[in-house]
Amino acid sequence: MKNLLPILTVLAAIAALWYVAVAPMNIRGALDMAERGGAEVVPAESIARFDRSVWRLMMDNPEHIAAGYALERPRLPTPGQVGAELWKTTGDMALRGRALSKRSLIYHGWITLQSTLWGFALGTVLGMAGAIAIVYSRVVDMSLMPWAIISQTIPIVALAPMIIVLSSQVGIEGRTVPKAIISAYLCYFPVLVGMVKGLRSPGAAQLDLLRTYSASGLQAFLKLRLPASMPYLFTSLKIGIAAALVGTIVGELPTGAISGLGARILIGDQFGTPLAIWAALFAAAILAGVLVTLLDVMQRVTLKRMGMQT
Amino acid sequence: MSWLIFALVFWIGAWMLNTWLANSAWRGSVVVRVLIPVLFGVTLIVLWEGIVRGFGVSPVILPAPSTVAQTFAASTDILWEDFRQTVLKGALSGFVIGVLAAFATAIVIDRSAFLTRGLLPIGNFVAALPIVGIAPILVSWFGFDWHSKAAVVVVMVFFPILVNTVQGLRETDAMQRDLMRTYAASYFDTLLKLRLPAALPFVFNGLKIATTLALIGAIVAEYFGSPTRGMGFRISTGVGSLSIDLVWAEIAVAALAGTAFYGLVAWVEKRVTFWHPSHRGHG
Repeated sequence: MKNLLPILTVLAAIAALWYVAVAPMNIRGALDMAERGGAEVVPAESIARFDRSVWRLMMDNPEHIAAGYALERPRLPTPGQVGAELWKTTGDMALRGRALSKRSLIYHGWITLQSTLWGFALGTVLGMAGAIAIVYSRVVDMSLMPWAIISQTIPIVALAPMIIVLSSQVGIEGRTVPKAIISAYLCYFPVLVGMVKGLRSPGAAQLDLLRTYSASGLQAFLKLRLPASMPYLFTSLKIGIAAALVGTIVGELPTGAISGLGARILIGDQFGTPLAIWAALFAAAILAGVLVTLLDVMQRVTLKRMGMQT
Repeated sequence: MSWLIFALVFWIGAWMLNTWLANSAWRGSVVVRVLIPVLFGVTLIVLWEGIVRGFGVSPVILPAPSTVAQTFAASTDILWEDFRQTVLKGALSGFVIGVLAAFATAIVIDRSAFLTRGLLPIGNFVAALPIVGIAPILVSWFGFDWHSKAAVVVVMVFFPILVNTVQGLRETDAMQRDLMRTYAASYFDTLLKLRLPAALPFVFNGLKIATTLALIGAIVAEYFGSPTRGMGFRISTGVGSLSIDLVWAEIAVAALAGTAFYGLVAWVEKRVTFWHPSHRGHG
């Protein structure tokens, strides 16, 4: 909690900078609006304004700066506008009983959350299975590990449209499966690396002790390696779920999806409604925060019950 | 059918060879350490080729690796043009700007313990967010050419590098800093000779994360509007016009560029941080 004051200060500074930046970003839009409304602006023609710098325009038209803070389609909305839009498409709709309407971000967030969780589950299972194979088999370790690293240097977004085309050709309906595959691709790697580290964390002395108890390989795994890997697992799960969310949104962005937060961003871009883009971005950020926090709480509870320090 | 059988036989043979190599006496040698993953990769490609030919998969769905290789060889001029537009202009310039900006910010912030405490959690949080989503906004701000792609890359690489650098600058312990003080070292002496070198492993960690992000940012931004060249443009139009082999050739270029970029940073890291425990003792 001693970090609370510094964090709030930095957040306040960012918000202040944002409010200041809105004026130069939106001055052109504000002047265009004022001209259409019949007010006098300097210079009067929009072509002449195009060549002037925004600072000069602000100096010449100080009375129109304020209008830039209330534009309907701003280049840069104020944090207040984004918050209002976010509330309008979530809480307000929920209060009116339309929480799952297609215009509500709760509905789109739910679509994104579903693919994220499927991808997260798939990626976690793959990552853990890969880690176990790597720890127990030298061949797998030597052949798979370099490719796991290389797989993460390949920009998945290049593959994303292909995955969606392929899965629709193979006969998979809807977009949940391809999006989940993309999420799993981004999510499995942190889990794999963390689990390999965790499963290898017991020292030779501990493994030898179990051997003197004549423990079988399975018992050594269940009673020593797996519990020892838990702190590593939770740390990588937190990275993994954030990566899975990124994967889902990337899967929704370039491919003409119609539901999901990424699709809201895409549609907001196509219809020229910046407020919708910003609201979807903030909704995605909130979703990421909630998911990571949930895993953090689970980590604390689990490790505490296992008697480990958090 | 014979293709399928050949692929399966090749797979089993390669797997047995790998098992034998991994348990043989030369398993520590460099040749075997490289050969095993290469053999694994070749097996995957042979399997892919065998499945596509054996089942007669339509090239519109999944082209065989040999078809992709032919397309690659036949359209090197297009691929080079796209590579220049996306990787050299978009990703690389954005990467350089983003890295320098994050580095400078980290050094400035580091002077205030208060700011560091406030910024680290926020930076960590932002680094985990799906920042790619700002691509359409930045494309509408900076236009369709590579400037908007570079801008997306700058924002994407900024936070991972900032967080890692700030964390790295806090790596030195009080004993080391006190030693520098007994030498009457100034702030800049300490920064240049002690704290920056100590931060380098963290900085490179951030740089390695950023290489992948840079390519992702540059390609995604092209989905939202670009001149009629660039890898993202070619991929999104190629999927629409069913020239899937060209799309796979672009994917191959992206994969090669990503791996080479990452390898380059890892190579520099090994040269620069040779003193760090994680690099010592490997010869």
